Amino acid sequence: MAGSKNTLRTPLGKVRGLGAAKRGTDHFIAQRISAIALVPLAIWFIWAIAAHTNADYAAAVAFIAHPVNAALLALFALTGIYHFVLGLQVVIEDYVTAEGLKIASLLLNKFVGIVLGVAVLIAILKLAL
Amino acid sequence: MADATASARRPERPRSPHLQIYRWPVTMLTSIIHRITGVGLGGGALLIAWWLIAAAAGPDAYATFAAVAGSWFGKLVLFGFTWALSFHLLNGIRHLFWDFGMGFEKHRAERTGTIVIALSVILPLVIWAYALWARGAF
Repeated sequence: MAGSKNTLRTPLGKVRGLGAAKRGTDHFIAQRISAIALVPLAIWFIWAIAAHTNADYAAAVAFIAHPVNAALLALFALTGIYHFVLGLQVVIEDYVTAEGLKIASLLLNKFVGIVLGVAVLIAILKLAL
Repeated sequence: MADATASARRPERPRSPHLQIYRWPVTMLTSIIHRITGVGLGGGALLIAWWLIAAAAGPDAYATFAAVAGSWFGKLVLFGFTWALSFHLLNGIRHLFWDFGMGFEKHRAERTGTIVIALSVILPLVIWAYALWARGAF
C-alpha cells in the first residue's frame, strides 16, 4: 500500500522511468565541466571589472583589443553563456509544466544563448583583429 | 468508468509543506540563492554583451552605455552583479566538492554555507574598495 500512495511518481512516470528532462547524465557532466572552466575565468573577470570600472572609450577598447584579454573575454563569455543555457534549461524543466510552453521556452533559451554568444564573439573579434 | 480512469491517471499524491512553512536552514537558503543568482547572472550576461557590443559599435554607443553604467542605478546593478557572481562562484565551488562526495555531512554543509554567504558579501566589498582606491577615490 505504501508503495502505491506515498510516492510522487505517476504510474505513467513509473513505466517510462523518466523525469521532466527525459535524460540527464550528459547534461550533468557538461554543467560540471563548464563550471570548473568558469572558476578561473570568473575570478579573472571579477578582477577585470574591478580594475576597469571607470574606463573611458579608448581605455575600454584598448583593454578588449589586447589579445590576452580578448581571448579570456571570449572564453568567459562563451563558457558562461553555455553554462547559463544549461542551468536555465533545468529551471524551465522544473517550473514550466505545460508541454507546449515548456518546449517553446527551451527552444527560446537555446536560441537566445546562441544569438548572444555570436553577438559577443563578433564584438570582441571586431576590436581584437 | 470515467471516474476510474481519471483516478488512475491522477492518483492522490502526498502533500509537502512549502517554503513559507519551513524554518529556513542555511543549506536551503544557499540552494535557493544559487538558483536565483544563476538566473540573475543571465541578465548580467546581457549587460556584458551590451558593454562589448557598445565598445565595438563606436564612441557614441559606448557613451550611452557609460552614462547608464555610471549612474547610481548602474552602479547598484554593477555591485549586485559582482555579488551574484561572487556568490554563485563560491557556492558553485562548494557544489563541485559535493560532487566528489566531500563536505556532505549536515554540520559541514551548514558551516560551508555560512562561510559562502559571508565571503560572498566580503569579496565584492573588497573588489569595489580596491576599484575605488585604484581610481584614487581615497
